[in-house]
Amino acid sequence: MTAASVLLQFLNGLASASSLFLVAAGLSLIFGVTRIVNFAHGSLFMLGMYAAVALAPYVGFWWSVPLAALAVGALGAVLEALLLRRLYAAPELLQLLATFALVLIIKDFALWAWGPEDLLGPRAPGLEGAVAIAGSRFPEYDVFLIACGPIVLAALWQLLRRTRWGTLVRAATQDRDMANALGVDQRHLFGSVFALGALLAGLGGALQIPREPATLAIDLQVISDAFVVVVVGGLGSIPGAFLAALLIGEIKAFCIGLGFSEFTLAVEFVVMAIVLVLRPWGLLGQMPAPVRGAGAHEPAFALPSRGALQALVAVALALCVVPLLSGGYTLVLLTDILLFALFAVSLHFLMGPGGMLSFGHAAYFGLGAYGAGLLLLKAETSMGLALLAAPLFAVFAAVVFGWFCVRLSGVYLAMLTLAFAQITWSVVYQWDAFTGGSNGLIGIWPAGWLSGKTAYYYVTLATSLAGIAAMWRVLYAPFGYALRAGRDSPLRADAIGIDVRAQQWAGFVFAGLFAGIAGALYAFSKGSISPEALAVPRSVDGLVMVLLGGLHTLTGPVWGAALFTWLQDSVARGFDYWRAVIGAVILLLVIAVPGGLGSILRARSSR
Amino acid sequence: MTVLSVRALAKSYGGVHALRGVSFGVAAGELVALIGPNGAGKTTCFDVLNGQSAADAGAVELDGRSLLGLTPRQIWRLGVGRTFQITATFGSMTVRENVQTALLSRQRRLWSLISLAAHACVDDADALLARVGILEQAHRPCAVLAYGDLKRVELAMALANQPRLLLMDEPTAGMAPGERGELMRLAAGLAREDGTAVLFTEHDMEVVFTHADRVLVLAEGELIAQGRPDVVRADARVREVYLGGGDA
Repeated sequence: MTAASVLLQFLNGLASASSLFLVAAGLSLIFGVTRIVNFAHGSLFMLGMYAAVALAPYVGFWWSVPLAALAVGALGAVLEALLLRRLYAAPELLQLLATFALVLIIKDFALWAWGPEDLLGPRAPGLEGAVAIAGSRFPEYDVFLIACGPIVLAALWQLLRRTRWGTLVRAATQDRDMANALGVDQRHLFGSVFALGALLAGLGGALQIPREPATLAIDLQVISDAFVVVVVGGLGSIPGAFLAALLIGEIKAFCIGLGFSEFTLAVEFVVMAIVLVLRPWGLLGQMPAPVRGAGAHEPAFALPSRGALQALVAVALALCVVPLLSGGYTLVLLTDILLFALFAVSLHFLMGPGGMLSFGHAAYFGLGAYGAGLLLLKAETSMGLALLAAPLFAVFAAVVFGWFCVRLSGVYLAMLTLAFAQITWSVVYQWDAFTGGSNGLIGIWPAGWLSGKTAYYYVTLATSLAGIAAMWRVLYAPFGYALRAGRDSPLRADAIGIDVRAQQWAGFVFAGLFAGIAGALYAFSKGSISPEALAVPRSVDGLVMVLLGGLHTLTGPVWGAALFTWLQDSVARGFDYWRAVIGAVILLLVIAVPGGLGSILRARSSR
Repeated sequence: MTVLSVRALAKSYGGVHALRGVSFGVAAGELVALIGPNGAGKTTCFDVLNGQSAADAGAVELDGRSLLGLTPRQIWRLGVGRTFQITATFGSMTVRENVQTALLSRQRRLWSLISLAAHACVDDADALLARVGILEQAHRPCAVLAYGDLKRVELAMALANQPRLLLMDEPTAGMAPGERGELMRLAAGLAREDGTAVLFTEHDMEVVFTHADRVLVLAEGELIAQGRPDVVRADARVREVYLGGGDA
């Protein structure tokens, strides 16, 4: 690489760092004040892009940028007033899920409004040319973008340091309870902060349109990049976001410039890993202040009564005789329900008793599925061996990712699980030669004696029930108690000699194993797999199943998985905007029935 | 017999000398109170003793074994039990399960995937609960317990490891005055029965002077007085620190 090309790549990095910074700064600002991690921030970025592309033909590019940013900012204010305001006191999980519901709804809105095709934006009038830098041509517009980052940083800095509003924002970021006690009007403050954060995301998106087309997939791409940036820079720190955006932007530019674009994710991952190990709260972040009076009192769970056990055995027996009574469609649906129940229970194991909220559990499900497919098709093993060995793919990933995840807690952990899942998805999606890329793998059929629907149903039934029983049983073993101890009070657990991190790590791998088994069962039941099996929406499916059934009951996730899978199968068929419906259901659940279906049943039975 | 021995302990945070050469010992069966105005270094001292922060200089020994550089977990294994200023128990478990978990940890059985935790160490757990006087609440979830009872659960958990040294940070904070004396009498009785050394910090001077065998007074990171409660109470420097500082 010559000095000139190094300089050029460096400038490229600066240009992409600018829009990354705009998104991350908004995310950080919103989190600092409201303590809500806005998963929909990438969606707001996407809306900024589409809005600017749509507006540009009427008002011209230079007007479309501020108008799009303002529109997204206004939308942010509306979302805050209608939705987030109800959630400030809610548990973290519900807050994250609600913003995730917005991701689904906004994506389907964009699909409805602008269609599935990528939309090309206009070039920036006046900046269409290129400047000569070290003998090469560098786009003028990118020079403008490079300047945008520091300008926005300086403007934010002035706003936070010089204005009364900025003082309030800083006070609330440092100590929300205290600011509240001092009579700061939370409503206005939170609303305006959310609107500003949304505006920054919209601005970032709008500014990007001369460089890349608006696409529906950009939301999750941007949010996982933004998560990496805030994890590296420190959540809540604007200068940290700037520094980390530069770092990540440069790394990406140099990987692409050197012709190793497929390594971008790996390098990003390594950087994040190093930062997390050395400075768990990010480069410029501070250890989060303990939340006062959080006392997350989880209900105790006693050993199941004899009656409850008998009921479970009765359900299992009933499932055994189903094939005698009905066939075809029912069996296929039940096979799906069973393997997703296994997946949902493994997620519940992780986030309920384990206390580790995951937004990327599908990574382990998908790796199990891909493991089965790759072993069968590439290693040409027998189906039995593929089914047995496939979950090891998931276990391996859980060992590596879990090691980092258990170093964090709460929203940091959730963000990291999402980033890991997105990285896994990208690798599978991009590695055409090995994983089949976006087409996936086909021809993963069970061996002859299991190819019948009934036979495969019995395999799935036996495996899923055994897996679910094993996880439930472990929760009543000392290991399960140690996990709950670490969740209930890490301080006390440490003081009675429990190695909380090691127990959590083992719990993470344990949950990953069973998700992997579910994934392997899935691959053979469908005969083919695509990257969707491990994409983030699949992780959200799992969360919705758990939430539907209720986090506080052991059987909840099973009923949730059954209901969700049945709904998806019956309602979703032929309806393009199914994701938005799921999003609306999540919002309804979060606001109206935060305890899940389990809580309704319990309330009824205790009446 | 000296159980805990602290010699010339020093610790500073970015130029602030939180502890400057503190030395003291605690004997088996002895109740020692560590007092001092806010910012005197009590919390720093406790954090160093239980492994949460590292000392700059000095020595901390339990029965002649150095504790410096060990994690809280390792220190617990060597026989140091703790209670916290704000109680820390496992809210999703019953009172008995809290103690069972501590007992299982002591036996290094928390990695077991097979046995039923609810059936483990029941007799030992109940014996501990009886000692602290809350056996009749054994089946109740910790989340619904009264604060004074939670303090007892913590004490039972701290005793589960048959500690040589019990560290109690503000044991009576947040309790009603009547309950305070009761809890301290309980702790003192248990310590004497087992020959456990007890070191506690405390804001309530009545508790200190009624229950401590010996009192250590910290001010600005230095030990300015130590001795029997009546002697310390009469000490001119102690009076100055407390009355002059306006914090008692």
